[in-house]
Amino acid sequence: MLWSLFFSQLFNGVQLGMLLFLLASGLTLVFGIMNFVNLSHGSFYMLGAYFAAATLAYTGSFLVAGVVGIGGTMVLALAVERLALRRLYARDHLIQVLATLGLIMFFNEAVRMIWGSQPLFTAQPAWASGSISLGGLNYPTYRLLIIGAGIAVALGSYLLIHRTRIGMLVRASSTHPEVVAALGVNARQLNTLLFSVGAGLAALAGWLVGPIVSVQSGMGDTVLILALVVIVIGGIGSIRGAFFASLMVGLVDTFGRAYMPQLLRGFLERTVADAAGPALASMLIYLFMAVVLALKPGGLFPVKR
Amino acid sequence: MFPETFHWRSPRIWLVLLLLAGLLLMPVASAALGTSFYLSFATRVVIYAIAATGLNLLLGYGGLVSMGHSLFVGLGAYVVGISSFHGLTNGWVQLAITMGLTTVVATLTGLVSLRTRGIGFIMITLAFGQMFYFLAVSLKQYGGDDGLQVEQRSVFEPLPSLDNKVALYYIALGVLVLLMYAVWRTVHGRLGYVLRGFHANERRMLAAGFPQLRYQIVAYVASALPCAVAGMLLANLTSFASPSYLSWQASGDLILIAVLGGMGTVIGPLIGSIVLLVLEETVSKMTEHWMIVLGPVILLVALLSSQGLWGALLQRTRARAPSGGDRS
Amino acid sequence: MGGLPYIPVATQKETALKSKTLALAISAAFSLVAGAAAQAQTPVKIGLMAELSGPQAALGQDKLDALNLIVERNGGKLGGVPVQILRRDTQLKPEIANQIADELVEKEKVNFVVGLSFSNIFMAVSKKLTSAGVIVVGSGAGPAPLAGAQCSPNLFVVSKQNDQFAEAMGKYAADKAYKRVIAIAPNYQAGKDFVGGFKRRYTTQLVDEIYTPLNQLDFSAELARIASEKPDAVYAFLPGGLGVSFVRAYQQAGLMTRIPLLSVSTVDGTTLPALKDVAVGAKHASAWGPDLANPVSKKFVEDFTAKYKRIPSEYAAQTYDAVMLIDSALAKTKGNVADVKALTTAMRAADFPSVRGKFKFNTNNFPIQDFYVFEVVKDAQGQATLKTIGKPLVDAADAYVAQCPMKG
Repeated sequence: MLWSLFFSQLFNGVQLGMLLFLLASGLTLVFGIMNFVNLSHGSFYMLGAYFAAATLAYTGSFLVAGVVGIGGTMVLALAVERLALRRLYARDHLIQVLATLGLIMFFNEAVRMIWGSQPLFTAQPAWASGSISLGGLNYPTYRLLIIGAGIAVALGSYLLIHRTRIGMLVRASSTHPEVVAALGVNARQLNTLLFSVGAGLAALAGWLVGPIVSVQSGMGDTVLILALVVIVIGGIGSIRGAFFASLMVGLVDTFGRAYMPQLLRGFLERTVADAAGPALASMLIYLFMAVVLALKPGGLFPVKR
Repeated sequence: MFPETFHWRSPRIWLVLLLLAGLLLMPVASAALGTSFYLSFATRVVIYAIAATGLNLLLGYGGLVSMGHSLFVGLGAYVVGISSFHGLTNGWVQLAITMGLTTVVATLTGLVSLRTRGIGFIMITLAFGQMFYFLAVSLKQYGGDDGLQVEQRSVFEPLPSLDNKVALYYIALGVLVLLMYAVWRTVHGRLGYVLRGFHANERRMLAAGFPQLRYQIVAYVASALPCAVAGMLLANLTSFASPSYLSWQASGDLILIAVLGGMGTVIGPLIGSIVLLVLEETVSKMTEHWMIVLGPVILLVALLSSQGLWGALLQRTRARAPSGGDRS
Repeated sequence: MGGLPYIPVATQKETALKSKTLALAISAAFSLVAGAAAQAQTPVKIGLMAELSGPQAALGQDKLDALNLIVERNGGKLGGVPVQILRRDTQLKPEIANQIADELVEKEKVNFVVGLSFSNIFMAVSKKLTSAGVIVVGSGAGPAPLAGAQCSPNLFVVSKQNDQFAEAMGKYAADKAYKRVIAIAPNYQAGKDFVGGFKRRYTTQLVDEIYTPLNQLDFSAELARIASEKPDAVYAFLPGGLGVSFVRAYQQAGLMTRIPLLSVSTVDGTTLPALKDVAVGAKHASAWGPDLANPVSKKFVEDFTAKYKRIPSEYAAQTYDAVMLIDSALAKTKGNVADVKALTTAMRAADFPSVRGKFKFNTNNFPIQDFYVFEVVKDAQGQATLKTIGKPLVDAADAYVAQCPMKG
């Protein structure tokens, strides 16, 4: 009985980790390779979720919703990048923070004006509802889908960055942009492409995670902080770092919430334990990040420059 | 980017004097308009300017972007709130506690944060801010996220009672002026130059043998103290202490104020505070979709100028100043 | 530029008429009325303090819509006198709310303030408003201190005291004789209040109390804990987005059909549109539901749905009552707002048609009312809505009235 709960929580931790990885993958690419503090990542996540939910309500097809959600967000990101953000690549981080903060405000209000303040309806596809029985335990199929998607994105990103020509150019231009430009590659287009891909990954997360959480204005803000914490722990710019950091954070967070109150009740009075438990649990990932940074300021898998 | 020197014939001086006169006469104007609302609003502007001026020391001169300085504002507010809750209303004692506590917390968080650079620093300061935010929310005895009512305002003998809105305003204004003077002296002194040096070229400063951590931690603590004082004043103004004072959005507001007015200038944060708060107030009256206006405004500010309003003014008037004896 | 002035412009019709005698009669009548109406011509000012921007605006929007429904229906008047509504967005920040209170009291000199959905906002401004002679009519939060030691003759709450929905659900659970119940709420003040209120009526010790971090993304860990304990029922207080997330996960984990979900403020008018079928089967406790049988409520739901194309939530209903209360008080004093005491006495009488059927104030100006338990079902149009399944508390008073120094 105790073991089955343990394995259940283990699965939950992995699943949360994959969820976090979907959220963080696009962010670490943009941060690391373009050295751009992109706080509007949370907004692209939100827009992906909104576009997908709206399309789902209109067409009833989960997959079409995904295509529109990701595609629409990528187009929007392209526009934003060309109009505003590309001038900021050379500026210091503070200005980038401010500019993208302004974008967050704009998008939060825009979706509220278009779709209203109430959370939007969205649902899991029928073919992924229900559960699968593995070793006597019931796992929701949709969560397995999330895990699958996370692994697919991880592999896909890794292959793209390390095994393709485009990936090679991207990596090269992040460390030696002048050389790459001298070789005749259009750095601007590369940056735009990368930014769109980052936004697309965020939108993918929004599409898949939407049916689990609430699709509403401002949903990107909490997610953004989580994603930032994950990529800082993993090492900015490293997909591998983001993958393992997400898993660790997912597991730490899940086991913290699952066992911390019991643990504290063991040696603290119940009301104190009940109060301290969740407070600690919410601070846990920040403590984790602070410890990692104190020991390894570059993150767990720092990208060598 | 670097601070202005004093030129008595510069047109900027007239602007500063005008501003100062306006601020001094605010209570009179408010009374003439028949309502003390403008006075309360002006007090809030001054309080935010105090916090932003403190942050500017670290941000504008030191180049270190802290997304967690609202934690110190909250610290000051809660010291007032919790002291008042337990019957301790002596303002000087509260001030001493605030200063002591802020120094300890700032030193500890600073030591950890300053091990990182760039984005890492932003993130870790954000993390500390969040940690204290959740701590404040979990303080059930002191209201938790419902906030804590400050039943009795701080008493600063022999200054007049803070229940008097005019007195509170002038005290806040006095703190701001003193602070700006202190910042001016600091940035023109050793700490200021070393800090600016590290911002400009870290490697060279290290090669010259300056102990980076020591200077930066002093700057970090020095930037935290005004924020805590601002927190104390805020709690007295609103008679309330709330975890929302520690939110990351509040930290973002402080950064915005500093950048808007002009980082790396002493009077910039004050200008930024006036402009931002007035803008927020007027736009939010016109429409509740004010965020859709303010967002692009912030974006434009970021795109067009990193010098802020005062910084831009500086550049233009400096270019027109007489060539003799004009040092930048 | 402030709020939306609702000042009638009937005089245009009169001046268009050409007849001399009529003009004379009109001017005579006018001068007669002028004296008496000099006071009524300055509209009564009502400030609406709510969250009108950001994710929490769903609640504020409902309040505003209910308010506008009545005022527009009455042609810009309440109690027969013109009113001016000033809407202010608190942004869910106490320091902004504080400033708004300053502005409404000192600059705009409002007579009433309504709204106040969140306890922290309410607590930040209530004293400032009531001590300035403004009549506060809360239609959302009902913090315990304001029902107890900090009650005030100028303060009225028409919605409920915060603990009461929880108490109603607790009584329901006790009536159903559930032996093993697990409670789950976010780890903040309201979360603890709502679990405390539940425990006041459900006296069997809870198997477990789970407090989740605020802004939690995923509830799998908590659901695994709950499933492994195999309780008879789960009591949940998870407002807004948290509720949507939790209820979805609860249903997806297959728990909705196995373990009854007793919830408060989790499946309500603001979250049901997002949940739809997923929430079917969940129970909900409140003082009002869209299917209540009395005629006032039926008309309200009809009018609201026709105008705004959605089923009103309890927050809209409570605001509707608040505005009707003000309407009745103003009618009683004939629009005279100078005598605050007469106005508050008229308010205490609570002589208005409430969507809850009957309405009465307790000595602390909080309501004495019935509480219902609802179940989420699909209605004839296929929409997810709430159906009454029980009335666990009748004429219930809140637990803090004894601490209030006002004694009727």
